[in-house]
Amino acid sequence: MDRLSTRFAACKAQGRAALVTFVTGGDPDVGSSAAILDALVEGGADVIELGMPFTDPMADGPAIELANLRSLGSGTKTKDIFAIAAAFRARHPDTPLVLMGYANPMLARGPQWFADACSAAGVDGVICVDVPPEEDSEIGPALRAAGIHLIRLATPTTDAARLPTVLNGASGFLYHVAVAGITGKQQAAQAAVEQAVARLKAATDLPIAVGFGVRSAEQAAAIGRVADGVVVGSAIVDIIGSHGDAAPPFVRAFVAQLRDALNASSPQFRETAA
Amino acid sequence: MTDALTLPNSLRSQPDANGHFGPFGGRYVAETLMPLILELERVYREAKADPAFEAEFAELLRSYVGRPNPLYYADRLTQAIRANAPAGMGAKIYLKREELNHTGAHKINNCIGQALLARRMGKKKVIAETGAGQHGVATATVAALFGMECKIFMGAKDVERQKPNVFRMKLLGAEVVPVHSGSSTLKDSMNDALRHWVSNVHDTFYIIGTAAGPHPYPELVRDFQSIIGKEIRTQMMEAEGRLPDLLIAPVGGGSNAIGMFHPFLDDPEVAMIGVEAAGEGLDKKHAASLAGGKSGILHGNRTYLLQDEDGQITEAHSISAGLDYPGIGPEHSWLHEIERVKYMPIKDDEALESFQTLSRLEGIIPALESAHAVAAAEQVAPTLDADKIIVVNLSGRGDKDIFTVADALGAEM
Ligand SMILES: Cc1ncc(COP(=O)(O)O)c(C=O)c1O
Repeated sequence: MDRLSTRFAACKAQGRAALVTFVTGGDPDVGSSAAILDALVEGGADVIELGMPFTDPMADGPAIELANLRSLGSGTKTKDIFAIAAAFRARHPDTPLVLMGYANPMLARGPQWFADACSAAGVDGVICVDVPPEEDSEIGPALRAAGIHLIRLATPTTDAARLPTVLNGASGFLYHVAVAGITGKQQAAQAAVEQAVARLKAATDLPIAVGFGVRSAEQAAAIGRVADGVVVGSAIVDIIGSHGDAAPPFVRAFVAQLRDALNASSPQFRETAA
Repeated sequence: MTDALTLPNSLRSQPDANGHFGPFGGRYVAETLMPLILELERVYREAKADPAFEAEFAELLRSYVGRPNPLYYADRLTQAIRANAPAGMGAKIYLKREELNHTGAHKINNCIGQALLARRMGKKKVIAETGAGQHGVATATVAALFGMECKIFMGAKDVERQKPNVFRMKLLGAEVVPVHSGSSTLKDSMNDALRHWVSNVHDTFYIIGTAAGPHPYPELVRDFQSIIGKEIRTQMMEAEGRLPDLLIAPVGGGSNAIGMFHPFLDDPEVAMIGVEAAGEGLDKKHAASLAGGKSGILHGNRTYLLQDEDGQITEAHSISAGLDYPGIGPEHSWLHEIERVKYMPIKDDEALESFQTLSRLEGIIPALESAHAVAAAEQVAPTLDADKIIVVNLSGRGDKDIFTVADALGAEM
């Protein structure tokens, strides 16, 4: 089994959702990324999403947009992102690492180059925000041939008729975007999340991770009770925005809170604790 | 790849079923927007097949926009060029007077068409991006006409540079949202319009202002703007009894140019030049995506973009806010690669010169965008025989640009 399915299976065995955390690579600068990624793992993150910065992140709200601009402003290049990923892989051989970003930086040197670079750096999966299934041929075949998961997104506007299109070629896990909107502060109603997850679970065996607008431990715990994974991004990126290269201890503490909340929501964990 | 509706051996049958013009175009949007874009395509196909839609569009173009606008023979410009050309040289120059449309540019043609689609889809709110404010004003205008709520996203820098248009939009009842992200210009206003749209898909229609964006926008914007080329065909037959030899249009995203070119793509005797903004020069700051960019993905489509080796989008520059965009519509990228259309760069100072030339010789103050096309005509006409005919698309009028031009010339207003 690969790292992603191993980790989701392990979390499931513990009766809890996986904690998926997002940060933008090279934010605030390339040199700070390793310590920030380590803080995520130390805090208890199960899966790391590493954002590839882009000048025009149009699916992102102000927090992650600023992170993209901070990273690029401090001179982050694509080669730096792969160097950050490769070094992470050397330090953390078992923690799944997913690159998340936009098509243009990913495909600037062609899909084969990108897939090879992902492979060489030990990247497990890729989320490409602006390549829907209709344009899969841009990036999907090269990644799949290299054994890299192409993680698809389902949203509140993905209806039953469209869902099979999204699932066709999806692997790793299915990312449920909880709000019809951009990353950031807008939050989904718990009932809507529960309905959506149930609908997705009926259609696929892939683990379902829910993200967009998850900011607090309470929310993470509530979503964790129904989903296989909970994704937290902007809230962590905000901490990096406030503390810059001094962020790691704050990031570690916040991620630990999220992880504690997920643990506590696990029936199994509650039994052991009792 | 052809279906029953596609004409064989035609350059006018693009895009394919998935919205591709050769390797360009497509639908590169977040999943949230995909269902809406597919729905827009379905509604557009229905509307295209509905004679009532076509009739209402045509009637509004006639009675509200003021079409057809004239095809005007610019005699004094032609003579001035001939005076400096070798004997027997100097093509005849006609101007297609899009600047006489209501709101002063070609943009309104497209806005009427898209507002009709918005109404058909039951959307009561429209949004748009704008650079110079021309598309913003045209969108605010049709929103007033159709009784729709309207938000215009405009880079904070452009809000500052284009105050009269900002006030015009407000008068028309639109809300102008200044965009502070990124470089605070046209590309960033498009990012923010997309961000707003993805958060409000259920009730909002995005009126994209140029022949770019995800499929079906490049196709439908082109179709609505094709009235320009269709009228030229008829008017030129009346005036000269034949088709023109050369069409010249400025290219920002490419909507006025594709509207002018498309009806002539299958007439091999008609040559075409799209004029890109070369800003301070192709080796300096410019906005010429074909001359200085390469294929990439931005704002929903694959097309030529100004970008670095990592695929980061680089800032465009042109004295003309309407051309100040680092991309170009996908059909132009395709027409460039198959060499059906030639694209020519014109610099800020050349456009400024032609802005004044046309004002003085013909009594027509062109938009700075259109002045780029006039400059190209002034360079090409002397190399053609005097019996050749050029049509220049005068896409807009220059009132909006007088402050910029006065500033560039160091003149006191
Ligand atoms: C008068 C005029 N011409 C040309 C353009 C460029 O746009 P397009 O290439 O879509 O015609 C603009 C854009 O604002 C404009 O206002």
